[in-house]
Amino acid sequence: MSGLKIAVCIKPVPSPDQYHRVGIDPRTKTLVREGIPTVINPLDKNALEAALQIREKCGGTVAAISMAPPAAEENLREALAMGADEAYLLSDRAFAGSDTLATSMVLAAAVKKLGPVDLVLTGNESADGGTAQVSAQLGEWLGYPHLMHACGLEVMEDGFIRVDTAREDCRVAYRVKLPAVVSVVRTINKPRFTSLMGVIAAGKKPLSVWTSGDLPVDENFLGLEGSPTKAGDIYQPDLSRRCELLEGSAGEIAGAVLQKLRAAGLQL
Amino acid sequence: MDFSFSKEQELLRKTVREFVEAEVAPMAAKWDEEDHCPVEVFRKMGELGFAGVFVPAEYGGAGLGYTERAIILEEVARHSAGLAMFLMTHQLCVAAILEFGNEDQKKKYLPGLASGKKIGALSVTEPTGGSDLANHQTTGELADGWWVLNGRKCFASNSSNADVTVVTAKTGTDEKGRNVLTAFIVESGNPGLSPGRKESKFGLRVSVMGDLVLNNCKVPPESILGGQGKGQRVALGTISEVGRAGMSAISLGIIRACLEDMVKFAKERNLYGKPISTLQAVQFSIAETRVDYEAARLLTYKALALKDAKQRCDLDFTIAKYFSTEAAVRAAKRNMDNMGGYGVLNDYPAGRYLRDALATLPSAGTSNIMKVIVAANTLG
Repeated sequence: MSGLKIAVCIKPVPSPDQYHRVGIDPRTKTLVREGIPTVINPLDKNALEAALQIREKCGGTVAAISMAPPAAEENLREALAMGADEAYLLSDRAFAGSDTLATSMVLAAAVKKLGPVDLVLTGNESADGGTAQVSAQLGEWLGYPHLMHACGLEVMEDGFIRVDTAREDCRVAYRVKLPAVVSVVRTINKPRFTSLMGVIAAGKKPLSVWTSGDLPVDENFLGLEGSPTKAGDIYQPDLSRRCELLEGSAGEIAGAVLQKLRAAGLQL
Repeated sequence: MDFSFSKEQELLRKTVREFVEAEVAPMAAKWDEEDHCPVEVFRKMGELGFAGVFVPAEYGGAGLGYTERAIILEEVARHSAGLAMFLMTHQLCVAAILEFGNEDQKKKYLPGLASGKKIGALSVTEPTGGSDLANHQTTGELADGWWVLNGRKCFASNSSNADVTVVTAKTGTDEKGRNVLTAFIVESGNPGLSPGRKESKFGLRVSVMGDLVLNNCKVPPESILGGQGKGQRVALGTISEVGRAGMSAISLGIIRACLEDMVKFAKERNLYGKPISTLQAVQFSIAETRVDYEAARLLTYKALALKDAKQRCDLDFTIAKYFSTEAAVRAAKRNMDNMGGYGVLNDYPAGRYLRDALATLPSAGTSNIMKVIVAANTLG
C-alpha cells in the first residue's frame, strides 16, 4: 500500500521543569496552564515518529493537528521541524475549557475537513490531564475503528494495518481496516531528534489556523459550557512536611520508627 | 536595536537542548572522568547539522550563521564544555576553509566536515607560543613541485582524531626579515603527519589536545589555503573571530550551568531551618552570576550579530572572550562557594565547571593578550 494520508494529534503540555507552576482553577476545576512554557506531549512525539516512519516506507503525507491556544503554533512548528508536512492549529476562544469529548469533536471535525485521511495517530494519554480518552472518542466521532496502547504498527498490503497492543503480560496483534485511529505508547519507537535542516524547512511549511467558524462543529458542544464532564471535587493536597526528632538508642529509635509507620497504615 | 532571537533560532535552541539533555548530559561526568572523546556523539551532531551549521547548503551545511553556531555551542557546553570544545575546534577548520578556501577546496572538504563524517582541526600554536607568530618554527619548503612541511605544533585540539587539519608554516621572510606564513590543508594518513603526545588536561578534558608532528610532510600546492604567504591572515582571522566567538559561547554554557545549579541548590539546601536561598549572601552571589551571564550574553551575541552582518567584529570578540571566560571562572567559584563542602565532591559537577572554566582562559588567546588588544585599540 502506498501514499497514506496520516493525521497526528499534538497536544502542548506544560514543560516538565515548570510543573510547579501548574494550578487548578477552583471554580471551573480545570488545570491552569496559561503562560507556562509548553512542550509537545511526549507520547504525541511517539505518534509523530510512527507517522514519519510510515511515510518514509510507504510515501504519503503527515499532518499535525492541535487544538490549543495561539501559542501552540510554536509546538506545531516543532512538529513540522521534526518532519510533518503541514500543520493545523485549531484555535478559538470558544474552545477554551473543553473536556475530552468536546476536544475530540473539534479534532474529528478538522480530520474530516482534511479530506480522506487514512490513519489518525495520537499519544495514548497526555502528560498533564492523563485521561487517555481522546483517541477513542475521536474514533467514535469519525466512525473509524480505534485501538489504544499500540506498541507496534505496520502497514499491510491490502488496506489494513497490523497493530500490536501492549498488555500487562503479552502483546495482542490486530489486523485493522483503514481508516482507523490508533493511540501509541512510549515503547513503540524512539522519536528522532530534530535536525537544523528540519528547523529551517519548518519555516517554509504550511501552518493553517482554523477557528470554530472554519469547522463543521455544533457550537452547543464547544468549550466549557458544551462539555458534559463536570468535576465533583478537586483540590491540591497539603504536601507540607513536619519534622519530629526521635531520641534514644539506635534500637529504641528503630522501634519508634516501626511503630509510627504501622500507625500510619503501613503493613509491615 | 533588536536584542531578541528569531522564532527559528528559539526553535533551534530548543531542539539542540533536547538532544543535549538526552545524549550528552547523562554521560558528561563519565566522559570527563575518563577523558573520553565521544566521536560517536560528534557523528550524531553532524547528522543533525551541528558540525556545519554555518556552511551554506551547497556545500552540505545547514546554511545558517555564526549566531546559530554559538547557540549550539552554548547548549552543548551547558552540560559538557569539553564536548563543545571538540565541536568548536572542528568548526575552526570548517570556517578557515569556508572563508579562505577556493572553490575546489570547499567542494572537496566542506561536505565531509559539515556532515560530521570528517573531523577538522586548526593547528597554529608552537612551543614558542600561540600569539607569537613571528617566532614560528614550522617550515614549508617547495621541492620538486611539493611543499614539504617540518615542525611541531603543540596545544593542538583534535590533534589525534582530526581527518583534516589546517596548519601554518613559515614559507619565507618579508623585506623586513619577518616570517611569512602560509596555511596548508593536511589530511590524516599523510605519512609525514603524526600526532605527538596527548596532553593530560585538568579542564575541557573531553576534547583531545596534544602535539602534532610534521616530519617531511609532503603536500601538493593545491593544499595551500588562502594563498601563499597569507597564513597569518588565515590563522588570526579564524582564531580572532571564530575561535573567540566559540570560547565565549562555551563560557556562556558554563555560566548558565553554574547559575542553574546555584538556584537549584539554594532552594533545596536547608540551613538554620530554611532554604539558603533566603540568605542575602547567597542571593547576592546568584545575582552577581546572573549579571555576569546577561552581560557575557550581550557581548557575545552582539559580536555575532556583527559577524553575521559581515561587519568588522574582531575587537568585539576580543572583549566578549575576555569577559565571558573570566565570568565563567567567577561563576564556577561562586557555585562552589555556595555549596560548601558539597562543592568539592566529584559527585557534583561544581568542580568540573571550575576546571572547564579555567581551561577556557588560554584558548584563543589568554586574558592578558585580550587586554593587550583592547588597550591597543583604546589607546590608539
